[in-house]
Amino acid sequence: MTEYLLIIVSTVFVNNIVMVKILGLCPFMGVSKKLEAAVGMGAATTFVLTLGSGASYLIEHYLLGPDLAYLTTLSFIVVIAGIVQFTEMVIQKTSPSLYQILGIYLPLITTNCAVLGIPLLNVQAKHDFMESLLFGFGGAMGFTLVMILFAGIRERLDGADVPGIFKGSAIAMITAGLMSLAFMGFSGLVK
Amino acid sequence: MTIKAPFKFHGGVHPPTHKEESTRTPIAQAAIPSKLVIPLHQHVGTRAKPCVQIGERVLKGQIIGQPEGRLSSATHASTSGTISAIDMQLVAHHSGLPDLCVTISPDGKDEWIEHSGVDYKQASHDELRKRLRLAGVVGLGGAVFPSDVKANANNHKIKTMVLNGAECEPYITCDDVLMRERAADILLGTEILRELLDADEVLIGIEDNKPEAIAAMEQAIIAGKHSRMTVMSVETLYPSGGAKQLIRLLTGIEVAAGVRSPEMGVQCFNVATAYSAWRAITHGEPLLSRIVTVAGNVERPQNFDVLLGTPVNELVVQAGSKPHTDKHIMGGPMMGVQLPSGAVGITKATNCIIESTPELFPAPKPALPCIRCTRCAEVCPAELQPQDLYWFAKAKNFVKVEDFHLFDCIECGACAYVCPSNIPLVNYYRFAKSEISEREREAKAAELARERHEYRQFRIEREKQEKAAKLAQKEKAALATKAIEPVTAAATEVDADAEDLAKQQRIEAALAKAKEQAAAAKPKNTEALTPQQQADIAEIEARRAQAHEIAKNETEPKQ
Amino acid sequence: MIAALWVMIGIALFLGAVLGFSAIKFKVQGNPLVDKIDAVLPQTQCGQCGFPGCKPYATAIAAGEAEINQCPPGGEEGIHKLADLLGKEFVPFGEGAKPKAKSVAFIDESTCIGCTLCIQACPVDAILGAAKQMHTIIASECTGCELCIPPCPVDCITMLPIDEDITNWKWRYPVIAIQEAA
Repeated sequence: MTEYLLIIVSTVFVNNIVMVKILGLCPFMGVSKKLEAAVGMGAATTFVLTLGSGASYLIEHYLLGPDLAYLTTLSFIVVIAGIVQFTEMVIQKTSPSLYQILGIYLPLITTNCAVLGIPLLNVQAKHDFMESLLFGFGGAMGFTLVMILFAGIRERLDGADVPGIFKGSAIAMITAGLMSLAFMGFSGLVK
Repeated sequence: MTIKAPFKFHGGVHPPTHKEESTRTPIAQAAIPSKLVIPLHQHVGTRAKPCVQIGERVLKGQIIGQPEGRLSSATHASTSGTISAIDMQLVAHHSGLPDLCVTISPDGKDEWIEHSGVDYKQASHDELRKRLRLAGVVGLGGAVFPSDVKANANNHKIKTMVLNGAECEPYITCDDVLMRERAADILLGTEILRELLDADEVLIGIEDNKPEAIAAMEQAIIAGKHSRMTVMSVETLYPSGGAKQLIRLLTGIEVAAGVRSPEMGVQCFNVATAYSAWRAITHGEPLLSRIVTVAGNVERPQNFDVLLGTPVNELVVQAGSKPHTDKHIMGGPMMGVQLPSGAVGITKATNCIIESTPELFPAPKPALPCIRCTRCAEVCPAELQPQDLYWFAKAKNFVKVEDFHLFDCIECGACAYVCPSNIPLVNYYRFAKSEISEREREAKAAELARERHEYRQFRIEREKQEKAAKLAQKEKAALATKAIEPVTAAATEVDADAEDLAKQQRIEAALAKAKEQAAAAKPKNTEALTPQQQADIAEIEARRAQAHEIAKNETEPKQ
Repeated sequence: MIAALWVMIGIALFLGAVLGFSAIKFKVQGNPLVDKIDAVLPQTQCGQCGFPGCKPYATAIAAGEAEINQCPPGGEEGIHKLADLLGKEFVPFGEGAKPKAKSVAFIDESTCIGCTLCIQACPVDAILGAAKQMHTIIASECTGCELCIPPCPVDCITMLPIDEDITNWKWRYPVIAIQEAA
């Protein structure tokens, strides 16, 4: 039980995929201009990552086995692409405005290095099913947390007196760097 | 022992009160000025419509502006005189723009029009409200909301009526002296309003820096034998006189954002409004004057009973104007309006005129950036986040500004008062509010335009279809009448070409026949007529025309 | 080798089945986005965007056939709103598409000949009149689109800018000195 809790804490704070592992930066920078979009993207990524981690584990252990290990990346990507397509359809049906706001970034979850990276890290760390699921869920939680924090900061930065050349992406990058520094402070939290 | 108000509201500030200067002397009667500039829009709602002509002589209390629409109030001549103009004059407004005013030249006679009151216990509620509307009674606390509409509970059960005698803003003492001198009439007016609202109890809130007013009101309750009326003293704190704040202080009820106080079973009226209601109902006197405090850079700061429309210039000289006055402020130092000129007339909303000098109210220091000290949030009586409202209003982010409940701001100015960076916070909120209101107006107009456009397209489409239908009908009818031979079963089997050919032939035959008939009717050999023949023909034509006339007359119906 | 093929085909078929099923179940009818865009546009129906009205322009934007900076009556505010709604970048107005001050049309009654050409041109039916009768603009319904001016054969229609008066006055954006004047 404590192991599972430790996995969650470590993936959300200590080894946060965006701030510490520096994965999944594309939607992080692209969808964090508005808070609602960030929350929507976080929710979509959580769904994809959790399902993807679980499905990837099952494929890795039961379908591929040790002989077909070279098919890992290929099969993971196919599964992730399928899940993302499904998510896209659901979002388009349930919330057309969110679908429009997320725009191209929704199908780009497929190419999100975090969404492929977490299942591969699971394989590398030889997690069992529950651990894989939690690792994926925790990673996505960390991603969502950072997205929401960053979107909140960017919304306030909109009204700030930022010098002309720094406006927009430049100040966002600097802020992301500072956030990353802050998250590095979590290291050592989990022994 | 006066009951202390049992509750508190969030925040509030303690600016120096400056009340003692103007309460040393009793209410003075202001002199009739040389002219009265009476705006027709002294109330919330639709502007009153002028019902007098230039040059007309009017009597004191005569109605000069009729209320228009459900939310409106009447305007009256404050004294007898002649209407000298009905035009755009400068009024007391932040914009400094003019509005429609009636200017009266008083004749000095102060002659009243015929007027009489009713017993409020006998008259119906509708009758009472109609009288309040035609008497021009509006909220005299500064909001000038028509009292006939406010005194309508609209199916809400009003348990408590709050009478607002708090008067929390510095310098203003008009309600204080009114309570000291005319407490009895105030309470009688309160009974009328209570009757209209069908309220149970009345709570009168007075700040504790007004002990004489508290004593006067308490004695008047006993002397007038008013039941279920209690005076409560509230701690001197700005803005305890705000309606929602006073309700919270006296009853503990929190009238939340977007909620109106009747929905919570409370309604709040100013003491001066109650007084005017009494004069209007029982004595038939419309609202012609009000108490105004004149303070600041004058010899004798005091309260005057002023006729509405008195130019500010002519009022302040009666308090002894002093040199170096650079501007007139209508209202108090926290929420007042700087007047565009001294020629502006006193209105129903004028509770105080402060003669300001650069020493008394120095120019604001340059604003510094917000340091997020949150002193403003600590003092906001509406429990808002002024620093965030400022941030987003400055960035013109109107979506987020509304998210932070901008429209709950009562613009009391407490936040700007405490700001260490001297930021004029209230100006940002006012800017944001007017921008958002304009956008809402534009959105409504756009929606209406869309509806009109869509209807127009529907109408054009419908006209097209009607035309097509008519044409089809005409063709069908024409075809039916032109069928000379009945269409046999065999004919229907003939192929389309033959049918068309037959139709063609029929049309040609009909045309030829028509030509023949026309030819037969036309006179022949009409070329090279001799004059005799022409004359003959003319005669025949004349006789034919005459015959036609007679025939027409004979067929006309007999009268 | 065969096993690898089977595995990949198996995964592909399974996913294909799931996606096909959900494509039918989650089918989206129509295009609610067009209505959302239309709700943002100012409904002047003036045609300055190059489309015959606001709804066609909204349809074009939703289909990606039009830029969001083609509507002068909406102003910069309108472009910002469209950018927010669609998640696109703000694009300023191009050359020749500058927004004008709000105005309403006015018919000079001494010149009007009652030809009804302007009535047929007005997209919101804001002109009152009939053949050989006097025409007049219903000012409260006029959107200032200026479509009535070209058809008039006697050039009797002018645009009057709406002045600021006490009813439509707005508070100005506070401009504060950041340095005390020396």
